[in-house]
Amino acid sequence: MSDVPSTQPLLEARGISKRFPGVIANDNVSLAVYPGEILALLGENGAGKSTLVKMLFGLYHPDDGEIIINGETVDMKSPRDAISRGIGMVHQHFQLVPVMTVAENVVLGIEPVKGRFIDMRAAEVSVRELSERYGLEVDPTAEVEDLPVGIQQRVEIIKALYRSAKVLILDEPSAVLTPQETDELLDIMRGLAASGTGIVFITHKLHEVMAVADRVVVLRGGKVVGTTCPSETSEAGLAEMMVGRAVLLDVEKTPAAPGEIVLSLADVQVRDDRRHLAVKGVTLDVRSGEIVGVAGVQGNGQRELVEAICGMRPVEHGHIHVVGTESTAMSAFEVNALGVSHIPEDREKHGLVSSYSIADNLVLNRFDDAPWAEHGIRRPAAVATTALELVKRYDIRTPSIDTHASSLSGGNKQKLIVARELSQDLKVVVAAQPTRGVDVGSIEFIHRQLVSARDRGAGVLLVSAELDEVLGLADRVAVMCDGRIVAVLPIEEATRERVGLLMAGSVAAAG
Amino acid sequence: MKLSRSSLRVVVAIAVILLVAFAMYNLWDPLKTRAVLGFAVRYSIPLMLAALCAIVCERSGIVNIGIEGQMLASAFSGFFVASALGVWIGIAAALITGVLTGMFLALCAVRWRIDQIIAGTVINTLAFGFTSFFYQQGKTLKGGLPEWHIPLLNKIPLIGPVLFQRGPIAYTAMLAVFVMHVALFRTRWGLRTRAVGEHPSAADTVGVSVERLRYINTSLAGLFAGLAGAFIAIESAGTFQRSMTSGRGFLALAIMIMGRWRPLFAAASALFFGLMSGITNQLQFDKVVDIPAQFVSMTPYILTIVVLAVFAGRVRPPAAAGTAYVKE
Amino acid sequence: MLVDRRRLERSLLPVASVLLAFVVGAVLIVIQGKNPGLAAKAIYNGAFNGSEAFGRTLEKATPLILAGVAVIVGLKAGLFNIGAQGQLVFGSITAAYVGYRLKLPTAIHIPFTLLVGAVTGAGVGALAGFLKATRNVHEVISTIMLNTIIANLTDWLAGEAWQMKGQAVSRTPPIQPTARIGRIFDFPLGFPLAVAIAFAVWFLISRTTVGFRMNTVGANKHAAHYAGMSVAKTTVLAMGISGGLAGLGGAIETQGVVGHFEPLSGGNLGFDGITIALLARVSPRAAIPSAMLIGALRASNTKLQADAGLSPEIIDGVLGIILLFVAAPVIIRWVLRRRNAEPGEQVQLTTGWGS
Repeated sequence: MSDVPSTQPLLEARGISKRFPGVIANDNVSLAVYPGEILALLGENGAGKSTLVKMLFGLYHPDDGEIIINGETVDMKSPRDAISRGIGMVHQHFQLVPVMTVAENVVLGIEPVKGRFIDMRAAEVSVRELSERYGLEVDPTAEVEDLPVGIQQRVEIIKALYRSAKVLILDEPSAVLTPQETDELLDIMRGLAASGTGIVFITHKLHEVMAVADRVVVLRGGKVVGTTCPSETSEAGLAEMMVGRAVLLDVEKTPAAPGEIVLSLADVQVRDDRRHLAVKGVTLDVRSGEIVGVAGVQGNGQRELVEAICGMRPVEHGHIHVVGTESTAMSAFEVNALGVSHIPEDREKHGLVSSYSIADNLVLNRFDDAPWAEHGIRRPAAVATTALELVKRYDIRTPSIDTHASSLSGGNKQKLIVARELSQDLKVVVAAQPTRGVDVGSIEFIHRQLVSARDRGAGVLLVSAELDEVLGLADRVAVMCDGRIVAVLPIEEATRERVGLLMAGSVAAAG
Repeated sequence: MKLSRSSLRVVVAIAVILLVAFAMYNLWDPLKTRAVLGFAVRYSIPLMLAALCAIVCERSGIVNIGIEGQMLASAFSGFFVASALGVWIGIAAALITGVLTGMFLALCAVRWRIDQIIAGTVINTLAFGFTSFFYQQGKTLKGGLPEWHIPLLNKIPLIGPVLFQRGPIAYTAMLAVFVMHVALFRTRWGLRTRAVGEHPSAADTVGVSVERLRYINTSLAGLFAGLAGAFIAIESAGTFQRSMTSGRGFLALAIMIMGRWRPLFAAASALFFGLMSGITNQLQFDKVVDIPAQFVSMTPYILTIVVLAVFAGRVRPPAAAGTAYVKE
Repeated sequence: MLVDRRRLERSLLPVASVLLAFVVGAVLIVIQGKNPGLAAKAIYNGAFNGSEAFGRTLEKATPLILAGVAVIVGLKAGLFNIGAQGQLVFGSITAAYVGYRLKLPTAIHIPFTLLVGAVTGAGVGALAGFLKATRNVHEVISTIMLNTIIANLTDWLAGEAWQMKGQAVSRTPPIQPTARIGRIFDFPLGFPLAVAIAFAVWFLISRTTVGFRMNTVGANKHAAHYAGMSVAKTTVLAMGISGGLAGLGGAIETQGVVGHFEPLSGGNLGFDGITIALLARVSPRAAIPSAMLIGALRASNTKLQADAGLSPEIIDGVLGIILLFVAAPVIIRWVLRRRNAEPGEQVQLTTGWGS
């Protein structure tokens, strides 16, 4: 605690607690952020980071404890109260209206007016001024939905600055960025801190903490387990604090033994929901017994590619073969029948029917097959037998197989999906963001399952926005940028820096 | 506000049809043209008002299929109050009914988080049941609404007498279309309303109260439904009949979609509906085509399905319409 | 224990809704300066007192059961078939046509006429489903429009093309005796058929793979798509089945009660289906008692007018209030001072107009 500034903190939490039915999300948490300081809030999923900052921003009300802003104890009922006291927040899911312009989004809620009308010219001028002063380049008249995520994040920061934020809370800001964009963001953060802004930076990425934080507060199970400085600790030390035990950052696996081609993509083109070409000609082979990782910043066509492979989205052009059979125009049902299983990116939306029992969810895509149904009549007893076995084998923590899926934790929901998908007779596994928002224990479990599917002879296509996950699991790394695979590297050649440059579209790094 | 290429196409298409109809009839008989246009305007006024109600609700994220019931209840209360206390108080009663029914929808949708489509159905059913039960025959209006001739404007050939020799509700409707269009796209209220309908949590996190705005907008949008009811019963028909709104509240929803949730375009769409009905009516009246009256009265409803089949898949409704906003 | 109490409370909600609606109805009657006691007596005499009255209740309940399960099938798949009315009317006029036009032995004529009613109703429903699946036209609007189109079409058919000779009003000739579904003493024979069909629908929804598909599309269509189910086909199928059930209800009304078709002879059967579906908490089996309740009210229509001097529209008012209470259970809970609402108590449909 050597560098603690002596001035008054901009924002302080003293002993705050928050309970939800069945969980204590925050237990007697205290922290303070000073002017010009970058405070990292580190913790794994479910540690209570989000709950904590939501209280600091007035979205939740603490059950106990107090929040002090500029020396004054405050009782915030809504974000309006926080904003008026100089707190700004960049949410993990951007809070921008896609169909409105940058300027409209920035001024929303405190619009400049001329007479009875909004003075859009003045709004645009303000945005331009802010973007020049802090090096946040953005066009105020552009519509938000046309902007890449990195720029949208800048809009979020400008939005906070426009409201004269003295404290800026950034919730997992690097999740959607390339390593290079992340570096730019870290620079912007340093610049803001230099101008006196206090920054609360939420993350679970250790190297970012080491790179930018002045102080680190580590949360685990809703409690503060330590406060330290990057200069006094190491990544391994932080990891241990965060998880509570020594963690294996690497996945144990034997070298791949690639066999025949099980999934083959030839010049595949796919459109997104807005009818724009999102996948612009992808050619890629996946062999049995290997894991091909697709690295890339979110929104570069990975989702559309995955959905096209799995029969959920029409293929505009090109061909897809699964073990020699053309599956280009097949439905999701037919593709699945060929032995392709799919762990979907959005588990709440696609992976589960939350009002169904765990048992029904475990047979969601094979309810029609024997023994779970005969002659169109369902066989609940057979479904139950399968469900009991899978719940045991895949360690799904639930009171019963009749429990609604909605009552499971994130990790257990994901295990349910993994159980359903990997217990099939499979040739190909397509796993999209398989560990997003999942606790460390479940991450390790899911990674082991993917490796074991590979070892049983399946070809695995792993799509992940977490570069560490791709580099840790894959045998080959395909880098996707702007709807194209810009390079396929053997894992030995896939260094963090090189893949990062490729993700940002630098062709020179393809080598 | 940007005018996308496809919405331009709509406007152009409507203009072309207007011109063709205009020319066709003018060549034959100016009197008939005036009759058709007059019918079109009269027919489209309540549709415009109802569509305004629908637009304001949906722009704030509330799907309102109860407009039919709101209009019917307002026509009912408007007419019976008018027959007892005079037309102006009748209009006031219709407006109050519109606001109260709007408040009820807001209560269901915002406070109780009842499925909005079911809540709208409840309003329709209750309005039908109550107006039928309390309906009394033999009431008449004490005097009608004045018809105001706007000097100079009403001298414009053809258009003048059709548009500028109307009653107070018709003028209010025409004015409201422009006012609401500007309000929606140029004012604070409009920006916030659109934000609440597109991305409520974005509005919430900058301190715009989603629930409050939805309450206020849905209630005040009831004014337009109330005015539509008053127009039907007081200004246009001068009487009340059971289920006299005859599905026009639902036509308004189609008009809203065709008008892409924009008041001016919706007004154009309403006129298009009016014109098509006017033309088929006139053709049948003149025995130009020999079709049974029932098929003529089907026209707007078939048109609605066709219009939706063409447009519904291509337009993008306010993203949050129909969903209750639950704070995280 | 806890679960049992909850279940009990949940099944009490519809009962409380109905009772409270009667109370409101009584108030309405008092407002009109009439005697609610007489009205209660009229309902008892008109719907329950004696085999003739009770037979009339069952007769009224028969198409209502089918209209109710029609709406329920749609709701299960996340579709709000507000057009059960039009499908029912269409089924009843096509049944009337086949009923008077064809000359067939009873054993064929009755089932064939029923089938025609069901198939034509299914066609109308499937059309709305098709528009939804392929053109993204919301079923609420398309079916409302189809209701009005069918009302006009049947008005023309009954008044022109299929009109009974020498008639001034719009109506078709009476159907052949071979197409009529009769009664044994006062017991209408269509009733057991409707009950059997309600059970069949229950089986379809809760035990078959087709039902599982419909439920999944209704609960989460993205997950249904992911799991390889065709959302479009399921939508058309569910609307088709729904329309078919409504059409069948219309055919039974023609063959068992009216004996011919004339516009408005069916009243608001299809719209009552919505109230029944929500009163039954979207359970096909519970639609049977729900429909019988509403059938009883409808059966006492004339008695209410004759004995209590009430306009028959009082029933529409009371049904509207029942719908309000079952759609907004929060009101009942407030009246009963029970605040703990539970998840899944209210019906949620698909949201908005978009996909």
